[in-house]
Amino acid sequence: MDGRAPRTSRPEDRALNTPLAESLSVVLLVAVLAWAVVRPFGWPEAVLAVPAAAVAVASGAISLDHAREEAARLGPVVGFLAAVLVLAHFCDVEGLFRACGAWMARWAGGRPVRLLTAVFALASAITAVLSLDATIVLLTPVVFATAARTGVRPRPHVYACTHLSNTASLLLPVSNLTNLLAFAASGLSFTRFAALMALPWLVAIGAEYLVFRRFFARDLAAAAPPATPAERPELPLFALVTVACTLAGFVLTSAVGVDPAWAALAGALVLAVRALVRRRATPMSVVRAAAPSFLAFVLALGIVVRAVVDNGLADALGHVLPGGSGLPALLGIAALAAVLANLINNLPAVLVLLPLTAPAGPGAVLAVLLGVNIGPNLTYAGSLATLLWRRIVHQHEHGVDLKEFTRLGLLAVPAALVPAVVALWGSLQVL
Amino acid sequence: MRVIAWLVEGTWPACVDAVRTQAPQASDVVLLHVSGPEVPGVAHGAFAGLLGRGHPERDPGDRLEDLGGTSAAQLLEAAAARLGRPSTPLERTGRVEREVVAAAEGADLLVLARDGDRARLGPHSLGPAARFVVDHAPCPVLLVWPEAAPDLTTMPPPPPHPPHH
Repeated sequence: MDGRAPRTSRPEDRALNTPLAESLSVVLLVAVLAWAVVRPFGWPEAVLAVPAAAVAVASGAISLDHAREEAARLGPVVGFLAAVLVLAHFCDVEGLFRACGAWMARWAGGRPVRLLTAVFALASAITAVLSLDATIVLLTPVVFATAARTGVRPRPHVYACTHLSNTASLLLPVSNLTNLLAFAASGLSFTRFAALMALPWLVAIGAEYLVFRRFFARDLAAAAPPATPAERPELPLFALVTVACTLAGFVLTSAVGVDPAWAALAGALVLAVRALVRRRATPMSVVRAAAPSFLAFVLALGIVVRAVVDNGLADALGHVLPGGSGLPALLGIAALAAVLANLINNLPAVLVLLPLTAPAGPGAVLAVLLGVNIGPNLTYAGSLATLLWRRIVHQHEHGVDLKEFTRLGLLAVPAALVPAVVALWGSLQVL
Repeated sequence: MRVIAWLVEGTWPACVDAVRTQAPQASDVVLLHVSGPEVPGVAHGAFAGLLGRGHPERDPGDRLEDLGGTSAAQLLEAAAARLGRPSTPLERTGRVEREVVAAAEGADLLVLARDGDRARLGPHSLGPAARFVVDHAPCPVLLVWPEAAPDLTTMPPPPPHPPHH
């Protein structure tokens, strides 16, 4: 995955004039996002996204060349993502997340603050290495069960999982799809990306921890019963060794200039083949773990967003986006990225901002990442998507309490984002 | 006599023991557990944030609801065993403090445990939910300590005498 040449901002030959093409592209994008949130009839997100991308190409809102270029750019990213998803899925099959629950229970011994600390440590590590999907889908239920079993109130700990799935996804290119996209655009090596993001990652997690200790002080001070001896966790050695080797593979491949996606693929294959041999998986379940419809969705979304960018958004945002790589510029870029992620969603936000910031160098790209990764702690999926989701998907339930989530986000997002940007700026000066 | 014991993770054994020692043998005992909807809601929201992942069956919020239901059932089962006399389990879902007050309608006694910070004895030894229930309970309330009650030495020294005028 090498650096990409700066793109021209307009397609050359197109059938539609710019305002019409831009309107069409925006309508397509909104439709794709709305469909992805609502999922009518339970159909996959790609069912609308792929035809929408086809319409964008057919109508000339994006030239065939640009669409092909976008697909060629996103292809390797999507492959990398599939490998990481499979890796996380089979870590679960190997019992890694069950073991996490047992470790947390033993270490915390029924003390809520210790359990919070354990959740912070494990959720940060799992998000960084196995991506945010793993933390939300696989770790959150384990954390809840652990809290319930040891008599600790689960609220702060479940909130910690959701917040860290965003905030702790800064460290590695594999931690978040947004990172994979930025990684491809930035031209950084895997190790340099990690080195530059290490300090912002730690600072952001530390800020979240302080906010959580204060915000949930009551829950964390609440009664807990005398600890019952927790069962001894079975060590999922094979999964741990495979993940460690995959991480080493990332470093090694980037040192010799090979795409680190191959290391992820190798790790995923090792675990998948082991599961197949031990009859814990079928070829179908391996394919399902790679989430093919999600991959198609990402490709199609990329093309639709590119049409929106090409037809005028690039010019409009170009005026707002601060230039340069000084601290004020980085703060401005990160804030704009956070706002955009909260208005639409962080996935389209990063697709929009990357081509605009990539020419300014890796500092600007990483600042975009800080904004789009930490920002979603304010509105889950972006405010439009969250409104749709709440009104349509969960309209019959009273459980989705956006007030508390938003109050926590209003404290945590600025508290994590500003120091993280300063830390990034510092890392850029030193490294 | 109809006795309701509100059981919460962590502190429930004290409530059950209080029912055993304080309620007459012939009481009609109800063991109540209320699951709040907020925590699964947080997980639902986080999954919605993963745009495009599909597979609604992987939504962790649903698993949290199931897990919450299972752990509530286990808690009530363990409580019934500890009580050792006939009782009725009652599982409710909703705003915890309001559900407890509603469930206590028509009861002769509501048993609950302190749910706050007991490191510093004082107003904070009641959390918001217990505070609400104590304030709004439609019947007499028996408020128990989750562990042995503190002895008299934990009482703060009396305030200094007011100056004579």
